[in-house]
Amino acid sequence: MTEFTTWDILRNLLLATRWTLLLSLVSFIGGSVVGLCLLWLRISPRAALRRLAKGYIELFQGTPLLMQLFIAFFGLGLFGIDVPAWLAAGVALVLWSAAFLAEIWRGCVEAIAKGQWEASASLGMGRLQQMRYVILPQALKIAIPPTVGFSVQVIKGTALTSIIGFVELSKAGTIVTNATFQPFTVYGLVALIYFALCWPLSKSSQILERKLNVAHRNH
Amino acid sequence: MSYQFDFLWLGEYWPQIAKGIAITGQLTLVGGVVGVSLGIACAWARALGPGFLKPVVGAYVELIRNTPFLIQLFFIFFGLPSLGVQLGELSAANLAMIINLGAYSCEIIRAGIQATPRGQFEAGASLAMTPFETFRHVVLVPSLQRIWPALSSQVVIVMLGSAVVSQIAVEDLTFAANFIQSRTFRAFEAYIVSTLIYLALAILLRQAMLALGGLVFPRRAAR
Amino acid sequence: MSLIEITEVRKSFGDNEVLKGINLDVEPGEVIAIIGKSGSGKSTLLRCINGLETISSGSIQVAGAQLLDDELHLKALRLKVGMIFQQFNLFPHLTAGGNVMLSQMVVKKTPKPEAEAMARRMLERVGLAHKFDAFPDELSGGQQQRVAIARALAMQPIALLCDEITSALDPELVSEVLAVVRELAKEGMTLLMVTHEMKFARDVCSRVVFMHQGRVHEIGPPEEVFANPQTPELRQFLGLQAAA
Repeated sequence: MTEFTTWDILRNLLLATRWTLLLSLVSFIGGSVVGLCLLWLRISPRAALRRLAKGYIELFQGTPLLMQLFIAFFGLGLFGIDVPAWLAAGVALVLWSAAFLAEIWRGCVEAIAKGQWEASASLGMGRLQQMRYVILPQALKIAIPPTVGFSVQVIKGTALTSIIGFVELSKAGTIVTNATFQPFTVYGLVALIYFALCWPLSKSSQILERKLNVAHRNH
Repeated sequence: MSYQFDFLWLGEYWPQIAKGIAITGQLTLVGGVVGVSLGIACAWARALGPGFLKPVVGAYVELIRNTPFLIQLFFIFFGLPSLGVQLGELSAANLAMIINLGAYSCEIIRAGIQATPRGQFEAGASLAMTPFETFRHVVLVPSLQRIWPALSSQVVIVMLGSAVVSQIAVEDLTFAANFIQSRTFRAFEAYIVSTLIYLALAILLRQAMLALGGLVFPRRAAR
Repeated sequence: MSLIEITEVRKSFGDNEVLKGINLDVEPGEVIAIIGKSGSGKSTLLRCINGLETISSGSIQVAGAQLLDDELHLKALRLKVGMIFQQFNLFPHLTAGGNVMLSQMVVKKTPKPEAEAMARRMLERVGLAHKFDAFPDELSGGQQQRVAIARALAMQPIALLCDEITSALDPELVSEVLAVVRELAKEGMTLLMVTHEMKFARDVCSRVVFMHQGRVHEIGPPEEVFANPQTPELRQFLGLQAAA
């Protein structure tokens, strides 16, 4: 049996971390795009669209991400596509992130005073123009801290894709454990790597929020 | 799409599903009660406790909040035996959920404590209560009331997150779904059914938490 | 020996010295009004006597108990001295009765039936026996403040500190609270009150303390202090009060 040094373990884990990062990035960006469309529906003047978006959000927030991954993995297969794990993982995480981001952003848009909508409407702006020039620039500022905070949830969420067989950091942890029989060291290191990825984001989210609160108080 | 949906297996496998629901429920109940209690203790320590406790609890909270639940679970179940701590699947799952919810609820409850008007602490002190007595009898209940909706959401999140305990062979609802799909090859249907059950559980749990709040906090929150 | 002995008390917040050597002895049964502009240190003095602020130097004694900054001494002191706040500070999750019972049970370990009986007596004393089961948000400001007084009285203190207890009240509710305080004074309770109610101070108090810039600027019986102020600062202060 080969002896594994801690460095061997760490190197293998770090190599797999690239996939965690890539998947997180894709999910976050994809989730933002879909989430923005969802937000548009969620705050639409038409009740049917609002309800549709609300149902979507509640469905994805009210069910386990793991189930969503399973359904993406096996459900896409129903279309006769042989689904690779990375595709199912990406699709599920994008749809899941979209629900959460849309809900976070809705809160931010709703925090903008009604007077801003009315004022911009009275200037003859259309709904898209109101959003683009008046509401979003203001909502964006307050949206940044919780959005950065949610990116931590995305990174942690990618760990579940190991269960459908996508080889990222968590899966690598399991594989390396099976080879080395050192679960304490391996999962300890895996946790530390996640921590190293997530903690700076959590911290900056907190700092941004504090700054925002201070700025608001000085108004 | 020429796929034929088939839910006939439900007739044969519903006992597995019922058992899964029971275990998911048990995990949530234990995790919820003990986890929130731990969260209250940690929130006290972080907001009002002695100086030496604050960084310790802070490290615990940050560590848990910045690592995936799955890894926490694996560390407890697979890693701890190297330290001589051998836990069964269910105990490991319970412990992981308690530790996880403890950290998240700590931060939520701490926010509630910090929103307490200073006069409440002073009124307690002027009535000769110790700081801890003031916390216990004056500050705690209104603080919990302030953050009850956020705490309820977090308990639901932990319940949904418990789906991964199937990975250490705890026979929860997800485990039942996996079992059924491996027997019937009706993966999609099995997961759709269990997903809908999770959705129902989430809605039910949320309502139960809000009802509990209405029972425990008959008055509206102060300021 | 005086009931409350305040000797050379100094208190600073950072570089800002708020109390610059206060000396004041209070005899049992005295009713003392502390008046002065905001920022003169009068509220801080009261809060120091209850240990809500730690003094920078000097000493405070109440009935022989020394004010020291540890839990045991603070508790002993606070059992002798009750405090009423400007903002009432009732506990929102407890009924009026529960507010009055809580510290008896928690601090004095009084059994519940006795604590309840005491609570009913004290609420009776402030004229709110019928509000025993009402929550604070169901009470008017004046009623809340009277519950707060009952709550302090239930601990059977030998002195009460009142920190601008009518300042947060609507004008029409002030008199019901002052009537309760007047009654307490008549019964011989030792009272130290920071107040803006000059008429009340004149009618009820045995001595008036005028504080200015962290010092006791003038002190004396109300008839002297109000009729014959010795310093321009007090004259100006009283003039402002009369104009207001």
